[in-house]
Amino acid sequence: MHDIALEAIGSALERREFSSVEITSHLLDRIERANGTLNAFVSVNREGALRAAAAADAARAKGASGPLLGVPIAHKDLFCTAGLRTTCGSRMLGEFVPPYDATVVERLGAAGCVTLGKTNMDEFAMGSSNETSYFGPVRNPWDTGRVPGGSSGGSAAAVAARLAPGATATDTGGSIRQPASLCGLTGLKATYGRISRHGMIAFASSLDQAGPMARSAADCALMLQVMAGFDTRDSTSLEAPVPDYLSLLDRPLAGLRVGVPREYFDPGLHPGTEQAVRAGLAELEAQGARLVDISLPHSPLSVPAYYVIAPAECSANLSRYDGVRYGYRCQDPVDLRDLYERSRSEGFGEEVKRRIIVGTYALSAGYYDAYYRKAQQIRRLIAEDFREAFTQVDVIAGPAAPATAFRFGEKSADPITMYLEDIYTIAANLAGLPAMSMPGGLVEGLPVGIQLIGNHLQEGLLLNVAHRFQQATDWHRHAPAFTA
Amino acid sequence: MTISENDLARVAELARIRLDPATVTEVTRRIGNILGMIDRMQAVDTSAVTPMAHPLDTVQRLRPDEVTEPNRRDDFLAIAPVSEAGLYLVPRVID
Repeated sequence: MHDIALEAIGSALERREFSSVEITSHLLDRIERANGTLNAFVSVNREGALRAAAAADAARAKGASGPLLGVPIAHKDLFCTAGLRTTCGSRMLGEFVPPYDATVVERLGAAGCVTLGKTNMDEFAMGSSNETSYFGPVRNPWDTGRVPGGSSGGSAAAVAARLAPGATATDTGGSIRQPASLCGLTGLKATYGRISRHGMIAFASSLDQAGPMARSAADCALMLQVMAGFDTRDSTSLEAPVPDYLSLLDRPLAGLRVGVPREYFDPGLHPGTEQAVRAGLAELEAQGARLVDISLPHSPLSVPAYYVIAPAECSANLSRYDGVRYGYRCQDPVDLRDLYERSRSEGFGEEVKRRIIVGTYALSAGYYDAYYRKAQQIRRLIAEDFREAFTQVDVIAGPAAPATAFRFGEKSADPITMYLEDIYTIAANLAGLPAMSMPGGLVEGLPVGIQLIGNHLQEGLLLNVAHRFQQATDWHRHAPAFTA
Repeated sequence: MTISENDLARVAELARIRLDPATVTEVTRRIGNILGMIDRMQAVDTSAVTPMAHPLDTVQRLRPDEVTEPNRRDDFLAIAPVSEAGLYLVPRVID
């Protein structure tokens, strides 16, 4: 039953092959058995999920229907869920129970989705391996000695291990695409502003964007359909109509111009990954797409610019955690200063503190022009590279991550080594572009992701390309040998 | 660009982060490395480039100045670490 994909669960529920309560309790039992090994969930919502599943079954019995009615999913633990603990992978929010739902949670709930639980993640979404979570690392079901990627590593591990058919995730510099790549999943980061950020705990507000993670492009389309759309509660939400993504999936790729950026096939790319990505590009070509050699000359500067902008915005966003209004508060503060400093120092982990300090430095008097202003200028150059490229091509394709999943501890000793995990993904965040990763092969038994980047609001085209690719290949059907 | 332990201490204070004295040297070294990586930006001449604050270059949307949200003061106070009589409690600031 757990092997059934998201879209197929909806159809099976529609045909009354099983009930939402049946599939939900099956997955809850599976999570219970697997979580000791994988640590993919921080909180399991057993009672709430069964209640919602029963409600969905009752609604269906009264004639309600819908592709997601009664379909169980998981939410990354930075989407606020009313009455259900939302930790953001941090001690700071270890006991935080939000008084409201994130818009994404509300919309998926209104469509009938059942929340199985909240998935583990790098603390405040800062990391590429899930090793920075206060609740411990998540293990990759393809090889439990390896990381699932991050920061949405819990969502990725849960979907890959068939604990949930789909999950929500977020991507500030690659946090959907890199774990999707490392866990053999399809994951999409939408255009900045396409999905509401209301109730999504902020890391870097000009970069953060949500998206779905599932096994196929069709499943992602189904989730995105509900997640996308204008929201008055997010001042950066785009007032643009949401196309019918499912109806766009099948368009043939003949004549599609696929840009292949030279800079994404650099010496840092693992030869096995390169081979798999090139084979994937050849498949697109076989379907009538035309590969176009392009250059994104400023892309080597995306990591430095990102590591100014993201920490700067993080230092401002995380200043709200003061031990006063909500979140962790230290024991017996002697004065207000002590309350602030100890609550923050005890509540945040090392990587979060490091980024707050870098961001504070970059924004401090005398350094603002050299760092923040400079990074915002580089950001425009990177966005201009894409603008220029999209006059010649319809989509851009390349690797999502430099290599397959790495071992625990392999990159955590040196922050910069870890930062380079996102070398191919960060630019899309800086430019606000939609981008996704789809399974494109296996190297030594581990999945490789192919990244697709589209122009603003071209999610439908990305899903179309991925869907056509998945009609001709079966990489997205490969499952890890992990048993729960 | 490197950062001195004194500069780091000043920035940490601004951020209200208390550093463990035993780790200051190591933290300074790591942050110095990050700043060194960031400094690759300085090789590019950006004097003619307008900084980009928003990825889609849109402007802030305005709404009519009307009360639209309900008052949920009690819900928000209920999640505070310590509150009393509708107020957040903090250590005494004024004697």
